[in-house]
Amino acid sequence: MSRLLDETEGKEYFFMGNEAIARGALEAGLSVAAAYPGTPSSEIIDNLSRVAKARNLYVEWSVNEKVAVEVAAAASFAGLRSLTAMKQNGVNVASDFLLHLVGSGIRGGMVLISCDDPGALSSVNEGEARHFARLLEIPLLEPSDFQEAKDMTAWAFELSEELKTIVMVRSTTRLSHASGNVRLGKLKDLKRQALFRNQGAFLDSENGPLVSAPVIYKHRLQQERMKKAGEIFEASPFNSYVGPKEPELLLITSSSCFLYSREAVEIMGLAGRVGILKLATTWPLPVNLVKRRLARADKVLIVEEVIPFLEENVKVLAAECAGELGIKTFFGKREETLPSVGELNPDLVMAAIGKALGLEYQAISSDYEAKARELSLLFAPGREQTFCAGCPHRASFWSIHQALQLDGRKGFVCGDIGCYTMAMFPCGFSALKTLHSMGSGIGLAGGFGQLGQFGFDQPVLTVCGDSTFYHAAIPALINAVHHRAKILMIILDNSGTAMTGFQSHPGLSVNAMGEDSPPVDIARICEAIGAKVAYADPFDLEETGRALAGILEDEGQGTKVLILRQICALSPERKGKKRFEMKVDEDRCVSEACGCNRLCTRIFRCPGLMNDYAKGKAIIDEVICAGCGVCASICPTGAIERREVA
Amino acid sequence: MEKALLTKDPYNLIITGVGGQGNVLASRLLAGMLVRQGFRVTVGETFGVSQRGGSVMSHVRISANTVWSPQIPRGHADLVVTLEPIEAIRVLAAYGNRQVKVLTNTRPVYPAAVIAGQERYPAPAEIREAISGLSAAAWFIDATSLAMKLGNPILANIIMIGALAGLAALPLSRDGLTEIVKEMMTQDKLEANLQAFDLGLALMGKNVTADGRGE
Repeated sequence: MSRLLDETEGKEYFFMGNEAIARGALEAGLSVAAAYPGTPSSEIIDNLSRVAKARNLYVEWSVNEKVAVEVAAAASFAGLRSLTAMKQNGVNVASDFLLHLVGSGIRGGMVLISCDDPGALSSVNEGEARHFARLLEIPLLEPSDFQEAKDMTAWAFELSEELKTIVMVRSTTRLSHASGNVRLGKLKDLKRQALFRNQGAFLDSENGPLVSAPVIYKHRLQQERMKKAGEIFEASPFNSYVGPKEPELLLITSSSCFLYSREAVEIMGLAGRVGILKLATTWPLPVNLVKRRLARADKVLIVEEVIPFLEENVKVLAAECAGELGIKTFFGKREETLPSVGELNPDLVMAAIGKALGLEYQAISSDYEAKARELSLLFAPGREQTFCAGCPHRASFWSIHQALQLDGRKGFVCGDIGCYTMAMFPCGFSALKTLHSMGSGIGLAGGFGQLGQFGFDQPVLTVCGDSTFYHAAIPALINAVHHRAKILMIILDNSGTAMTGFQSHPGLSVNAMGEDSPPVDIARICEAIGAKVAYADPFDLEETGRALAGILEDEGQGTKVLILRQICALSPERKGKKRFEMKVDEDRCVSEACGCNRLCTRIFRCPGLMNDYAKGKAIIDEVICAGCGVCASICPTGAIERREVA
Repeated sequence: MEKALLTKDPYNLIITGVGGQGNVLASRLLAGMLVRQGFRVTVGETFGVSQRGGSVMSHVRISANTVWSPQIPRGHADLVVTLEPIEAIRVLAAYGNRQVKVLTNTRPVYPAAVIAGQERYPAPAEIREAISGLSAAAWFIDATSLAMKLGNPILANIIMIGALAGLAALPLSRDGLTEIVKEMMTQDKLEANLQAFDLGLALMGKNVTADGRGE
C-alpha cells in the first residue's frame, strides 16, 4: 500500500516536501487535482495520481497551468475540494484566470500550490509568486518544514472554504525537494456529490452564477474576505516567536528561511540577544502580532528569498504605526544586508546578522579554506550541463548545427523550455541563440520571419518539445502560418515530459491516472493549421541532415515543421536497454593523429565516450554508454563500431 | 524503540556524486532507515537542470529532536560519502573541516570538459592525497567495479551505504535496510540491495581499504 494512504494516525514517515503537500490535501478530503509539471512542483501531482483510484480522485496533467486552474476551479464550483500546483512561472500563465476567479469566488475549498525556485536551481528565471497573492488579494501561507507543509496544506482547504476564496500555499525548492519527518493525520473522505448550483439570484454567492461582475461589488467582497483572513491569522498556531522579550535584533522570516535563521542564531550563540518571528501567514499580515513584536525591538532584519515582499509589507506597517511604535532600523534586501538575488542559506543569514550587530563570524579556519580551495581549483574541474548519454537531443542539435554551418547565412535557433534548453551550451553545440518562456521560441521565430522587408535574410529555426508544443506553442504557430513567416519549427518529440519525470501529455495514449486516452497528434495539428510537415529520425544523421538541408534550400514562403522523433534515453521504456553494443576498433582509431581532431570526444562530447590519452584511442565507457549508436556515424574513419543487440 | 545515541547532534552527512549514480535514492534510503529509529532527519538535495552528468549533492542532517535546515552551513560536514572521487574535493572546499571523514568510490565519471580535452582529470594518487589531506580519515573503495560484478553498476550506491554502516558512525543495519527497501521499492529489488549492502559492510569490517589513517 502507498505510504500516502496509511491510515495510522500519528505514524511518522520520511516524506519529500511535495509528498507531504499531497498527503495534506488527502487529509483535507481532496477530490480533484490538476496541474502542469514544472520543477520543483511536479511530485505533488505525481503522488496524487498514484493514489487516484484508491481514493476516488480525479487527477490530470493539464495542457498548461491556466487550464489546470480552470479544471480545478470547476470542481470547486461544483462544491468539491480541489488543488492545483505549479512552479512560479506557471502562476504567471494562470494569472489572467486567477484575477477573475477571485472576483467570482469559489465554493468547495480550492488551493493553489506555487513552488518557487529561488536561485533558479531548475529554472531560467528567478521570479516568484508571492506578489500575486497581494495582487489577487488572496491569503498566502508559507510552510517552513515538512510537517507544516502537510498541516498547512490541509488547513488551507478549511480556510478557503470558510472565506470562499482560493488560498495560495507557497513552497520553494528547499521545501518541495527536501525531505523530512512527517507525522500523519487523519485521512478524510468528504463523500460530496458534485453539483453546480446556478439558478439562484445574480448576486447569490451560494446558488447564483459564478461571475466576476459586478466588478466593484465583487472586488469589495474580496477585500472583506481578506480582512477576515487577517483576523484569523492573528491566532494561527503556525506563526511563532522564539527569543528574548526585548531582542537586540528581531528577525522576521518565513519558509525554509526560518530554518536558516534558527540555525544561524544557534551557531553564533545569539539566542539570548536575537529573536525570531516566524510568519507562516504572510499575506495579509497578522497586523497586531507583527506590531507587538516590532514594539519590543529597535533593529529588525527581514530574512526571505527573491523579492523583498515581507520586507516591504512590514515596512509599510511600521510606517503606518510609526507614531505608536517609534522609528525602527530595518535590515534586509533593500539596503543589501542580504543579497537581493540567489537563494539564502544559514551562512548568508549569519553574515547578515553579523552586519546588523557588528559581529564577525568565520565558518572555516582560513588555512583549511585556502588549502581546500587550491585543491578544488586544481583537481575538481567543473561539470558543465550536458545531455545524457544516448539523448536524442544531442543527435538533433548535431544535425541542426551542421546544417546551419553548411548553409552559411548566419542562421540561428530560437530556443524553448525543456531538456533541449541546454543546447544554449556546448553540449548542444551552442545552437540556441534565444531562450525565454514556454512557447516563446516559435513566437520569436515568427517575429524574425517578418523582417525580410528590412533586409533580414538569416535562416530562422526554432525548436520545441512535444509537451511544450501543446502547452503554449500552438497559438504562436497559428500566428506564424497565418502571417506567412518563413521559418522552420523543429519539434523534438521524445514522447514524454522528460525533464520533469515523464508525466503524460496530450500526445500520449495514457493520462495521469494511467487510463487510456486518445492521443492528439502533433503532425495533424500542424497540417490543419497549414504548415508543411516532414519527419526524420534524429539518430539517422544522414536522413536528418538531408531533411534540414532540403528545407533550408527551399526558397518557398511559409512556415515549415520538421518532427524529429526518438524516445528519451531515460524513459521507462528505453532506460537500461541498449540498442547497440558499441566498440572502438583500436586499429582504426588513431585519436590525435587522425585528421578528425578527436571529433567524437572534443566536439560531439557524449559522456559515454572517453579518450585514453596513454593509448591514443577513443574508448567507450560501458557504464555510461546508452547504446544509441549515433557516434558510429560521427567517426569519419568508421573506427566506432556498433553491433545490434539481439 | 530505544533511540541510539548520535556522536554529534546534528550529525551532518553529505552524499555526493554525479547525476545518474543513485545519489538521491541513497540519501532517501539512509534517511528512511534513521527516521524509523525515531530520529529527525532533513535531507536537502542540490542538483542542476540536467537529469544526468551534473554534480549532485544531498545534505543529510540527523538529530534526536530538531528539524535542521536543508542546507548544511559551510565547514560543518561530519562525514562525506562520495560516489565520484573529485566530487569529494569539491564538497570539502565548501563544507570540509579538520575533523571530517570521507568515504570515496574511486570510479571516475569524467566531466565533459575533460572528455573534450580542455581540462585535466587528476590521477588516482593526486585524488587520494587531496582527500586525505583535507580530512581526518579517508577510505577508498572501487564500489562501481564491485557493483558491476554483482551485475549492475547502479548498486555502487548501496555498497557505499554498506561501507558507511561498517564505519559505525551512524546506527545503520541490514534489517533497517530490508525494512526501508520494502517500503520504498519493489520486492524484486531487495535481494540485490542486500547483497550490495553486505559487500560494502564486509569491506569495512576487514578494513582492507582504509588508507592507514582510518579509525
